[in-house]
Amino acid sequence: MEALIQQYIDIYYLQILVLIGINLILALGLNLITGVTGQLSMGHAGFMSIGAYTSAILALNFGMPFGVCLLAAGITAAVTGIIIGIPTLRLEGDYLAMVTIGFAEIVRVVFLNLEIAGRGLGLSGIPASTNFTVVWLLVIIIVLLNTGLLKSRPGRALYSIREDELAAEASGVNTTRYKVAAFAIGTFLAGIGGSLYAHYLTYINPQDFGFMKSVEILNMVVLGGMGSIPGTILGTVVLTIAPEVLRFVQDYRLLFYGALLVILMIFRPNGLLGDVRWIDIKRSWARFRGRREARSSVDG
Amino acid sequence: MFWQQLVNGLTLGSTYALIALGYTMVYGIVQLINFAHGEIYMFGAFAGLFLVLTFKINIFLAILGAMIFCMLLGMTVERVAYRPLRGSSRLSALISAIGVSIFLSTLMVLVRGPNVTSYPAEVMEIATYNLGAIEVSSLQVMILVTAGLLMLGLEVLVHRTKIGKAMRACSQDLDAARLMGIHVDRVISFTFALGSALAAAGGVMVGVYYNAVQPYMGVMAGLKAFAAAVLGGIGSIPGAMLGGLALGIMENLGIAYLSSSYKDAIAFGILILVLLVRPQGLLGRATTKKV
Repeated sequence: MEALIQQYIDIYYLQILVLIGINLILALGLNLITGVTGQLSMGHAGFMSIGAYTSAILALNFGMPFGVCLLAAGITAAVTGIIIGIPTLRLEGDYLAMVTIGFAEIVRVVFLNLEIAGRGLGLSGIPASTNFTVVWLLVIIIVLLNTGLLKSRPGRALYSIREDELAAEASGVNTTRYKVAAFAIGTFLAGIGGSLYAHYLTYINPQDFGFMKSVEILNMVVLGGMGSIPGTILGTVVLTIAPEVLRFVQDYRLLFYGALLVILMIFRPNGLLGDVRWIDIKRSWARFRGRREARSSVDG
Repeated sequence: MFWQQLVNGLTLGSTYALIALGYTMVYGIVQLINFAHGEIYMFGAFAGLFLVLTFKINIFLAILGAMIFCMLLGMTVERVAYRPLRGSSRLSALISAIGVSIFLSTLMVLVRGPNVTSYPAEVMEIATYNLGAIEVSSLQVMILVTAGLLMLGLEVLVHRTKIGKAMRACSQDLDAARLMGIHVDRVISFTFALGSALAAAGGVMVGVYYNAVQPYMGVMAGLKAFAAAVLGGIGSIPGAMLGGLALGIMENLGIAYLSSSYKDAIAFGILILVLLVRPQGLLGRATTKKV
């Protein structure tokens, strides 16, 4: 499978496709926390780094197979997520933002000083087990499960927390439990994404998982349209490709990126697909077709 | 040792407090975590450096110049990137703020290069005073006094003037304030100007104190100052002052008694611990939500 793909797709494009896939997994995780449930988490890269390091250490020091590493990465990240989430998610407001920023910074500093994590040098020589097939297979599974979740009763409960936490609670939604559950799934996906990232680049360093990385993932979620899976996919694709496309402006790349964020937010404050609904598209399409048919009948 | 670290911590903490005030005032009125605030502080440090290098003026004039420059910068940022988003969700304003932050730091990298530059030594004569076991430099005294005066001025402004009263009204209830005839947009603009000016003063003083100015200095300082604002209770002005000082002192004591390699983790660790016990921050008021 992988050989076949490599035969047809240029290595450069293949690399971008794999990165899009990894970013999608990270962004879908954060979408569940911030986009769907409305809890602002700004330390996604921290959970990602926990996954990346767990996976890399298991592979390097214990010779574990990739599947075990991947699962362990997800579980470790989710467990830390629950530990962070239970005390903070009981509170309303932006506390989660601050706590997750702080947590991610602490994690980064700890990895910078931890012997087993290679300190500032990071870890290298991680087995390159991530490839296109694995990443996109996981993406498809996660998108399907995620879509199923959001259409189910618990999914609607999550949306209701975002819309009005008080009303949700009054309607019998155990808000704390749902928020923690969303946080656990989201951080699990962050761990998986981190593991894939580590086994793709084969080299990780604490600086890869700084505040800017968290912000990057958050941008993907908000830019596409909060809480919508097609929106998250679009935002991720656009923001993963954007640095590549903007390569021609070289040093001005980040300048454009920053300006782009501001401009996009001013013109599409709910994200690119944030307030687009299928039913509206269908309706306007029907109206458009109806008008054309009416015109052709007049002509005839 | 302890007293020495206390003095160093107070100096560092008073600069955190100056930056934290900007976060807390803006958050208090528009509930926006203004992530570009750290970059305003960085621009302040560079503006001061520019003034010192070009006009050979002394440090106080440089602080004043940087404050005026950043006032304008802060108001421009608010006008361009935040005001159009006033009615939309808070997250879109947050992303816009992040965009501004990336834009401004990249702009400075393009203008000045990514390297560390330092203030010329003649910007201020540094004397060291020995008070028993502790050493205090004239620079530390200058920072403490300037920061103290600025904060005092802010207190007076917020509690004794008409615009201060308008700011307090806006932070209580924006809609009610508008109905009472307060020009809300102007108050918000003024709040940004005020916060930016304080951050600029902090920037120049930190630049001189550590003898280092670089385009990415705003990121960590901004995060820590935001942590200080949350620690003190976000939205509360005395809270930001207390939070900044507390954070600076604890960070310095942590470096002295624990380990310097965990420097950045200490501040955030303390913050998380405090939030677990007192989620509204040290001086924040717990609000009960009414339907």
